[in-house]
Amino acid sequence: MIEIQNIYKSFGDNEVLKGIDAIFEPGKVNLIIGGSGSGKSTLLKCIVGLHEPDQGKVFFDQQEFTGMDFEERIPIRKNLGMLFQNSALFDSMTVEQNIIFALSMFTDMSQAEKTERANFCLDRVNLKNVNKLYPSELSGGMKKRVGIARAISMSPKYLFCDEPNSGLDPATSILIDELIQELTEEYQCTTLVVTHDMNSVMGIGDYILFLYNGQKFWEGSNEEMLRSDVQELNDFVFASPLMKAARDSIK
Amino acid sequence: MIFHHFGSYILLLRKVFKKPEKWKIYLKEIFHEMNEIGIGSLSLILIISTFIGAVMTLQIAFQLVSDLIPSTVIGQINRDSNILELGPTISGLVLMGKVGSAISSQIGSMRVTEQIDALEIMGINAPGFLILPKILAGVIMVPVLVIIAIFCAIAGGLIGGSLSGAVAPSDYIQGIQEGFNGFTVTVAIVKAIIYGFIITSVPAYKGFYVRGGALEVGQAGTQAVVIGCIAILACDYIITALML
Repeated sequence: MIEIQNIYKSFGDNEVLKGIDAIFEPGKVNLIIGGSGSGKSTLLKCIVGLHEPDQGKVFFDQQEFTGMDFEERIPIRKNLGMLFQNSALFDSMTVEQNIIFALSMFTDMSQAEKTERANFCLDRVNLKNVNKLYPSELSGGMKKRVGIARAISMSPKYLFCDEPNSGLDPATSILIDELIQELTEEYQCTTLVVTHDMNSVMGIGDYILFLYNGQKFWEGSNEEMLRSDVQELNDFVFASPLMKAARDSIK
Repeated sequence: MIFHHFGSYILLLRKVFKKPEKWKIYLKEIFHEMNEIGIGSLSLILIISTFIGAVMTLQIAFQLVSDLIPSTVIGQINRDSNILELGPTISGLVLMGKVGSAISSQIGSMRVTEQIDALEIMGINAPGFLILPKILAGVIMVPVLVIIAIFCAIAGGLIGGSLSGAVAPSDYIQGIQEGFNGFTVTVAIVKAIIYGFIITSVPAYKGFYVRGGALEVGQAGTQAVVIGCIAILACDYIITALML
């Protein structure tokens, strides 16, 4: 479980996050949604420690993460996998080297064991025969899947995804969403996804945190979202005629 | 502003010199970087230093046309100026341009494409993993390149002098053997070690803290080379003043 308490973050005079509280439960896909500039990615980076919040606390299974230094955070980070918006695969390494990198750094596994683990992770994201390819030789969807394979290589307890569907076609987006949902159930990990993809919201959102102007504006499940009367939330989620029609037909 | 950057640079170096997570992986990276910096720059250093040696011989011969000065002096002056100044400093400036800009753009690209964030998320000390192998490789390989450059410059002087007829080969060879002070080589190696540190650490700092996109990565590379060249020249003066 991940708990955040009263998170504030500013960049100069620009106050991006204004006192955000939330609890993200394990075994659920937790989504952080909101318009561009609402602070979603900043909140995610504050949670994983890439940004330090100006105020507030982050807890990973009751352990306060915000008060720890780099060394103290390492045991938690070993249980943490992250899929970045642009995949962030290491350019100079092959797909297999990307996946086994953390294993090489933190475990004493033999090369054969690491290769077996890499093959398992690649198989899990439905990729085959790509071990020796470099990231520049992969399509956008394949990079995302390799990113997921790398994120699950250490069997994470916490999985973070920053805009996992950005730049992907609708069919691949659905595949990635399904993969995230399956992995969350399989590893019973606490999954946090930052997205503005409404298909993801309606498809896999067990818990949704809606940010508006850096504040928590609404929280609930995707079913509760359909019945919500919060104007700002409806303006964001049901902005397109298609989504409006879908909501009206469900109602 | 200068103090802010200097402070950030020192703080980054503190992170760089933390104990590595796994020496085996770091050693692999160090050898890889030694190959990149050393072998990758060898041909450039060979060409530049050979021509500098040849040109130096011609210019010294041109300025010392006198019956009172023996032509063996040409070899002596060429040897000492190459060991003390031209070998280390010209090589340092050339390597700053070649190796420094490559390091800055490599680390800068990793920063803007979130690869450094990915390392940090995994719990890896990103400054240590990315920068320490480069600094160690630079501190080892730049002195090696400088020694090669000195040999090439002296040999270039012999070839240039012989081909142009500015100095007889026997006079030149006699000149480079006369009055040799071994301490000048120590000064050259000290300079090369310091330059190796500057050539790798300054661009790594500029690349590591770059913000933005491709434009900013390019600007960081340019700034790194400019700052690095100034630092090399300043250190050149300080080391020379302290050691000679």
